[in-house]
Amino acid sequence: MPLNIGCSARPGKSQENKTGSWRVFKPDFHYDLCTSCGTCQMICPEGCINLIDDKFTPDYTFCKGCGLCAEQCPADAISMKKEEK
Amino acid sequence: MADKSLELFDAGHRACGGCGPALAARLILKGCGPHTIVTVSTGCMEVFSTPYPETAWKVPLIHSLFENASAVASGIEASLKKQGRNEHVICICGDGATFDIGMLCISGAFERGHNITYICYDNEAYMNTGIQRSGATPYDASTTTSPAGRQSFGNSRPKKDLPSILAAHGAPYVATCSVAYPNDIIKKVERAVNTEGPCYIQVHAPCCTGWGFDGKKTMAVGKLAIETGLWVNFELVNGSVEKAKKIKRRPVEDYLQEQKRFRHLFKPNRNDAEIAKIQAIADVNALKYGIDI
Repeated sequence: MPLNIGCSARPGKSQENKTGSWRVFKPDFHYDLCTSCGTCQMICPEGCINLIDDKFTPDYTFCKGCGLCAEQCPADAISMKKEEK
Repeated sequence: MADKSLELFDAGHRACGGCGPALAARLILKGCGPHTIVTVSTGCMEVFSTPYPETAWKVPLIHSLFENASAVASGIEASLKKQGRNEHVICICGDGATFDIGMLCISGAFERGHNITYICYDNEAYMNTGIQRSGATPYDASTTTSPAGRQSFGNSRPKKDLPSILAAHGAPYVATCSVAYPNDIIKKVERAVNTEGPCYIQVHAPCCTGWGFDGKKTMAVGKLAIETGLWVNFELVNGSVEKAKKIKRRPVEDYLQEQKRFRHLFKPNRNDAEIAKIQAIADVNALKYGIDI
């Protein structure tokens, strides 16, 4: 890989770095309690919670398991449990 | 209105789990929209989001040096103006680059009146290089260059009041916000980029590693800073306070006890004299901005 003065990179290339492997605790989404307020999507520092088929779904390829979504969920619809690998 | 579903800061960056600045970056870009050119200074955000050859940014971004993000932005803005283009030009820098190292270039850019928005994510120390104190470190916080011990209670100087300094430069819009209130950041950034002239926004971004708390508490700690009066969310328009978030204040201990950097105030013995001094800072803030309900 040549490293010149003035390097440039393709936008969003960080997707190659799968940060999901850092995870110790995994967020579990309970859709029966979810009110679809969108708080989790708004506050995720990774931006890895997406709205798929009207359900907020975390992308476990990138989720670092920080637990911010579980802590802030107003309906307590997210719980953290130990990752099984 | 800003499109809140827009993702311009991609996953896969190398920030700690629960990183306040990473969350701030996402929210800032939601406020700016896709027609934005970003300049960053050296700092935690630059390091975790752009390790070559990867980048988490989906907008044009340039990093030059530690101190000159605002000078680079000035040049870009002047060039765009000459070409008749109207992209937003923003700088996103840490508190070290803003309060200490980049002060000269910021002062110059604001004095020349470039149409840029300068955003400082304030995590209250040089976190990237290992938690050294900066001009933004609050009173009595323990850092590696202001360690608490038998002779010291941590940082001996109060936080620099940069919003007032930049408002005194004649900035038309100066605001502070916190990652604990995401919609507030988006709204204030959107207003700043659409205001003609140099604008300044300071985002309070709790750092779980540097401050010493669990990553899941990032927003809770940010909220406590506001509820105790140690951080005030306000807007200065043409130098006078337009709006400040009013709250029913809690004692500062609630905020200090959550963080390892203030642990020396409670262990082994509770240091009431120093806590009273920090409470006095909160009282001055409350009086200055009239935040008490």
